Amino acid sequence: MNSIKLWFRKGDPWVWLNGGAVAISVVMVVGLLLLVAFRGLSHFWPHTIIEGTYHEADGSTYTLIGEVADEEWVAASRVRGTGVAIPEDVKVVQRMLIKTGNRDVTGLDFRWLVADKLTNVSTPEELMVVERREWGNFYGYLTAMKENGQVVATGAEALPALDARLERALDLSDAIHDIENKDIGAINYQVERLRLKERRLELEGELTDAVRMELDAERAALDAEYQTLKADLDQLNVEISRDSLVATTMSGVEKEIPLKLVVQYKQPNKMSLFEKIGDYFHQLWLFLSDDPREANTEGGVFPAIFGTVLMVILMSVIVTPFGVIAAVYLREYAKQGPLTRTIRVAVNNLAGVPSIVYGVFGLGFFVYFLGGSLDALFYPEAAPSPVFGTPGLMWASITLALLTLPVVIVATEEGLTRIPKSLREGSLALGATKFETITKVILPMSSPAMMTGLILAIARAAGEVAPLMLVGVVKLAPSLPLDGNFPYLHLERKFMHLGFHIYDVGFQSPNVEAARPLVYATAALLVLVIVILNLTAIMIRNRLREKYRSLEN
Amino acid sequence: MTAAERPRPKVGQKVVDMDFVPHKLEEEEVCLEVKNFRLYYGDKRALHDINMKIPKKRVTAFIGPSGCGKSTLLRCFNRMNDLVDICRTEGEILFDGNDIFHRTVDVTDLRRRVGMVFQKPNPFPKTIYENVAYGLRIQGINKKRILDERVEWALKGAALWDEVKDRLQDNALGMSGGQQQRLVIARTIAVEPEVLLLDEPCSALDPISTLKVEELINELKDRYTIVIVTHNMQQAARVSDYTAFMYLGDLIEYKDTDTLFTNPEQKQTEDYITGRYG
Repeated sequence: MNSIKLWFRKGDPWVWLNGGAVAISVVMVVGLLLLVAFRGLSHFWPHTIIEGTYHEADGSTYTLIGEVADEEWVAASRVRGTGVAIPEDVKVVQRMLIKTGNRDVTGLDFRWLVADKLTNVSTPEELMVVERREWGNFYGYLTAMKENGQVVATGAEALPALDARLERALDLSDAIHDIENKDIGAINYQVERLRLKERRLELEGELTDAVRMELDAERAALDAEYQTLKADLDQLNVEISRDSLVATTMSGVEKEIPLKLVVQYKQPNKMSLFEKIGDYFHQLWLFLSDDPREANTEGGVFPAIFGTVLMVILMSVIVTPFGVIAAVYLREYAKQGPLTRTIRVAVNNLAGVPSIVYGVFGLGFFVYFLGGSLDALFYPEAAPSPVFGTPGLMWASITLALLTLPVVIVATEEGLTRIPKSLREGSLALGATKFETITKVILPMSSPAMMTGLILAIARAAGEVAPLMLVGVVKLAPSLPLDGNFPYLHLERKFMHLGFHIYDVGFQSPNVEAARPLVYATAALLVLVIVILNLTAIMIRNRLREKYRSLEN
Repeated sequence: MTAAERPRPKVGQKVVDMDFVPHKLEEEEVCLEVKNFRLYYGDKRALHDINMKIPKKRVTAFIGPSGCGKSTLLRCFNRMNDLVDICRTEGEILFDGNDIFHRTVDVTDLRRRVGMVFQKPNPFPKTIYENVAYGLRIQGINKKRILDERVEWALKGAALWDEVKDRLQDNALGMSGGQQQRLVIARTIAVEPEVLLLDEPCSALDPISTLKVEELINELKDRYTIVIVTHNMQQAARVSDYTAFMYLGDLIEYKDTDTLFTNPEQKQTEDYITGRYG
């Protein structure tokens, strides 16, 4: 009895309680990260393709080719309900989710099957998966290569022919992509600028015949340029349509796939471990660097990474000066009294406002009011289509800057109060004014605190999705907000964001099974991007701290 | 108290000013003149009717127990007390004949002319060079050649040049406490003030550093009027020409150091310097 009392008096239970709480938190965080990372990252591993005979409930059989995407154990009664005959003594059965692809042939690319009904399972080396630009993956055996409709290689010769021709097709595809997006895109951009220029001159009443002719001449020049590019493009399109591959599906159907629709192919059953590892990183790289395809369920997420990082950087650029200026005024210049206290409380409470409210405010005030006014003042020629009067990158950055402003203000204020009085006096005693003291001594010394504020701001802003849906994020942006066309940074453009991408792929996707691993992969990536952004800021802060370490003693 | 009992420098320590022939305070040229000066913190009066003349190019020491108002008075000479919201003054302090509390006085210019060194070394977290150049840059001097010259001159003036000339671009916070305090003095004299206010400059330093700062004070007094606040009576005796004893906001006694320490007029002064309180 006494010893237990003593144990309590020494405070051991508290230590255990606190230690336990910390342990649970750590386990939860690590577990979450591991789950997301594992589910997401395993998606890119080249899965074995199996072939087998499946026995349907009605006794018929068919050949099945596909990847095992998932496995689960379910109560036998549930499976019996679907008409599959299961012996009475079996309580649970294993079901497998097989990705069979070939959506253009069979209409569905995933199917749930009872594992017991799949027999003669083998993994032939010749089985091939083709990643296509349309209709998802294709699974089957390569039978022949065609050029202009004529068979040029069959059997064992088909594979080397495919390698060579696919390389050519991919090169052509890159060239087409370049012309379409860069060259023709630039011409379209210039034509649009000419149109706006003409319209502006017209509105201002300065559109004389001479100017009109000048504009027409420019337009004609652009048009001529376009015609040359168009001819090149047509030529390339003809060339890329030359080759196609022929393959048999699991149902024995011969399918001809034009090589211009092929992104890559592989025969995972043939790969050695090293080839698989190489392929894994290749797929990972494609995921990071490619544009999304097929309603975001295939391809990469590069535009979303780009949009997220650019938005966070713009947000930081906006929020830091505002927050610092506000904090300096509140702490250094404002007379400390009830009013200042009220403002401080209000600022702190702003941090607690739900983020969607900021989204609504951003849409109502920034987009419609400010953007609308900007359009009316500076872009009358674009009417009725809006320039800034529509959600876009700038408004999203400003809205998030507003959202994170309180954090920066509070952190900076704390930094300012920590500057020793003796340093202020030292500066003032040398004949510096208050302003000089603040800019030359106090602000540099409180820069680590500002960085702390910015770190917190980045952590909050990068993961925010709800307000962005109202002020600028879209499912698929046609072009990046940063490109080679003057003025290079297009603040009015809409952009993609990893957070919204997760929501979109996971919940708005037409192909749930195909999208699910991408949800995990994108989530892991979002966490990684935020960690990298934060680490950068933390490294800068630590360097600043090192520089001004006198504060600590 | 006889001369033999007087606080003396320790054996081996450089003897400062022992051969100083006491002038009459009245004969000295006046630098700062305090006239019927009162200071209030809120409703509390901290200084009562102070009247004194600080002589030019001499070292004047303020001694007295803690809380007697000696630092407060010192901080009035460059109006550092302006930073305290509840602080209010009456009477005047004349600097070269002009009241420093007059509303036409430019405080930043006053503070440049009346430099101040604080109790704790407070170098900025910048390089040694930039610390000394800080006041010059504030004045708009940005030419590298002029800055180099003045920084070297100031560091030499503060007897620090030989120690730091090879590491001017190092962070000042890496120096020892004594070096930091001399750096602060260099920073102060770089802007060529007329008066140096030293607020217990050695209280945070070890004996060797203290000795160096005291030697420096002795060298500097040819060029500057120096006012030093100290808790250390030996130090006052060693470095100062004139000493003022303050007690509870009153100036009790003020005369040349030798006389004050050997032959104090007031009972309170005698009690203090013989260590009966304080």
